[in-house]
Amino acid sequence: MSRLCLLLTLTAALQGQSLAVRAESLHTAAGPVIQDGIVLIQDGKITAVGPAADVKVPAGLLVKRAKVATPGLVDGRSTVGLSGLLNQPHDQDQLEGSAPIQPELRAIDAYNGRDPLVGYLRSLGITTVHTGHGPGALISGQTFVIKTDATEVTRGVIKAQAMVAATLGDGARSREAGKAPGTRGKQIAMLRAELVAAQEYARKLKEAEKGKEPARDLRKETLVQVLRKELPLLATAHRAQDILSLLRLAQEFNLDIVLDGGAEAYLVLAELKAAKVAVILHPTMSRTFGEMENASLETAAKLQGAGIPFSFQSGFEGYVPKTRVVLWEGAMAAANGLAFDDALRALTLTPAKLLGIADRLGSLEKGKDGDVALYDGDPFEFATHCVGTIINGVLVNEGEETRVPSR
Amino acid sequence: MTRLLPALAPALTLGLALLPLSAQEKPQAFVGARIIPIEGPEIENGVLVVQHGKILAVGGVGTSIPAGAVRQDARGKVIMPGLVDSHSHIGSPEGADSSAPIQPEVRVSDSLNLRSASIMRARAGGITSVNVMPGSGHLLSGQTMYLKLREGQTLDALAMEKRPNGSYLGGMKMANGTNSRRTTGPFPGTRAKSAALVREQFVKAQDYQLKLKEAGDDPKKRPARDLAMEALVEVLEGKRVVHHHTHRHDDILTVLRLSREFGFKVVLHHVSDAWMVADEIARGGFGSSIICIDSPGGKLETKDLRMTNGAALEKAGALVGFHTDDPITDSRWFLREAAFGVRAGMTRKGALEAMTLNGAKLLDLQDRVGSLKPGKDADFILLSADPLSVYAHIMETWVEGAKVFDRADPKQRLYAVGGQGASHDDYDLTHLLALEAEETYQ
Repeated sequence: MSRLCLLLTLTAALQGQSLAVRAESLHTAAGPVIQDGIVLIQDGKITAVGPAADVKVPAGLLVKRAKVATPGLVDGRSTVGLSGLLNQPHDQDQLEGSAPIQPELRAIDAYNGRDPLVGYLRSLGITTVHTGHGPGALISGQTFVIKTDATEVTRGVIKAQAMVAATLGDGARSREAGKAPGTRGKQIAMLRAELVAAQEYARKLKEAEKGKEPARDLRKETLVQVLRKELPLLATAHRAQDILSLLRLAQEFNLDIVLDGGAEAYLVLAELKAAKVAVILHPTMSRTFGEMENASLETAAKLQGAGIPFSFQSGFEGYVPKTRVVLWEGAMAAANGLAFDDALRALTLTPAKLLGIADRLGSLEKGKDGDVALYDGDPFEFATHCVGTIINGVLVNEGEETRVPSR
Repeated sequence: MTRLLPALAPALTLGLALLPLSAQEKPQAFVGARIIPIEGPEIENGVLVVQHGKILAVGGVGTSIPAGAVRQDARGKVIMPGLVDSHSHIGSPEGADSSAPIQPEVRVSDSLNLRSASIMRARAGGITSVNVMPGSGHLLSGQTMYLKLREGQTLDALAMEKRPNGSYLGGMKMANGTNSRRTTGPFPGTRAKSAALVREQFVKAQDYQLKLKEAGDDPKKRPARDLAMEALVEVLEGKRVVHHHTHRHDDILTVLRLSREFGFKVVLHHVSDAWMVADEIARGGFGSSIICIDSPGGKLETKDLRMTNGAALEKAGALVGFHTDDPITDSRWFLREAAFGVRAGMTRKGALEAMTLNGAKLLDLQDRVGSLKPGKDADFILLSADPLSVYAHIMETWVEGAKVFDRADPKQRLYAVGGQGASHDDYDLTHLLALEAEETYQ
């Protein structure tokens, strides 16, 4: 009996992982828009993409129709799942305040996939989030990548370790008198010392005879991963001076870095371009005060113009809205000089590339995960609805919770 | 009050005389735009004529344009009334301090920085009338001020109206729920205590009001002047609208009860749980000033916030307007809320009214602003596309017949798109947000 149940359940699950999407406008992020296009998903993977006339849909397969379909959106940087909806001490795990440098903190050990904000983002077409420790400490911890339908971290994790999150400037300044780092100079000095110590640790590891290796040091182990370019340093910096400090540090230690935020990135385009640094741009509608006072709605368009790869992000919010919606941040950039296709790419394929997961995600191409977002109009219009979210071929949301509920 | 109006008339005339001559001498005609007058159907290829700071005519192709009028080609543009923001913190307002939970005598007008870039950003966002309020960390945090975003950097230049006693037209800010609760000082620690403290003050004000009445014209019998009581008497007499911050369904109903108990006129602000109690709000004839936030949460009281609030209130037949709560949402993209409203089930008409005429009604300014109607103030915006579209830019903002924002001017464009120098003087915003954030941990 129980075996039969299991079999039935499995069969249902497998059936659920196969479906087709037929869209009036199919944006694949990998080529020009396809009018009346079909994405065929079988066993969770995309098996065909093309004009309806060219893609044969197996008989009996569910065909989900929509006006517009795009790849499932990839949020380039978030703290969702760690910074919970209620914003009370018990559900805020994105920043540990006990020390300024704690690279050993892993996002997977803190993520709550059942926080309502994760489901909220999913209902708007976001299928993958790069989330984890937030800005606010010199090194706050690690980030990871997970699908938004995963209620537990036992499934849906795309990358258990993605990047190591750092912050420069006011955001990392200690709020307590007499506690480091109190200045910008001190911040870089501390990071330099930390990286030098990690270099030393790596050397000892390499040179030690078997059985005589130095004692394990989780903090240094993570930084050795950074030095070996196994993990990029995701550094939040907004002021031009801090961005340039970051570039110097990266050069000194030959690090793989990604600039997070970058409110003044438009002032140092040439330097970013020369350093071949990618940017996970601050939310377009970030509040313009403090270090972000000079933020511009046109930075995305300027990065695009300079040929600097960039991704959108929802970022971290300490108050309301508790999470931003990356789709709408991209929309505002699309309304301020960035072409539609470029904006869509910065919500899909580019973040997937930055995260090293473009072999699986980020575009609608044969062999990739069956992650699709469906809309009833231009996804960037605020009045448009997401009418379906598909993850691994499963329709996980049939639309947003925006209608007037029954009372 | 009414008999004082003639005395005010010369002052108003003087105010108009200070406007740029271009807004005065010749009528101006904006020709060829799609006009959304708010009152009445949308007009394709419309004509808007303004003069002396007022609207002369609104109509279709055949609308007569006075001889000598300055014509502006507005083909391809959309013209609608200037937006009315019924709840904002532009100009770095400060109200009550931490010495007491109820401070009716404190005036936000005594704190404003009218050179703040936030004022310019509001103009860039198409806002022409705005209720600037103190924060929500008190049961009663002081008198608000209604601004008209004319050119200028003084209170007199930007006041919606200067009253005969020298104060400026505005409302009274109140709050309940967690923001106005504190564990320290003379502040209430519970909801019931919050209501009790408010009730106590209004009873006192009723008493003061009675003494004033009994004294009549006899100065010897008058009670000693009490600025706090004077302000509350204005509230009791309906001369000063209460703008009441309230989120949770039970807190909303508490506001309704207190309003009925003391007979004061109140507008509900934020009203995060409006979708739960929309019928009660509508039945009581209460107006709501709501906000669309990108996601629910961020504090306990907004965990159930829904974008459907506008639709629920509209459906229930209640008056509903939108606000920015700037800096909670940026004045520059105020119009986004109309699109969000439609997304969640509002009618297009209802959502556009909620940006304009309904906001005016919430501030009792519907006779002056909020729609394009002959005789009303010539406050309007020119858009590059439909106001519900993300791709629409506000090209020009006009207040009383004078252009106060022009996207074609690079210096002014900076305030719309941001960049170096666009918000240099908003350092104190950090302080405001930090205060708000502190209050979430309760």
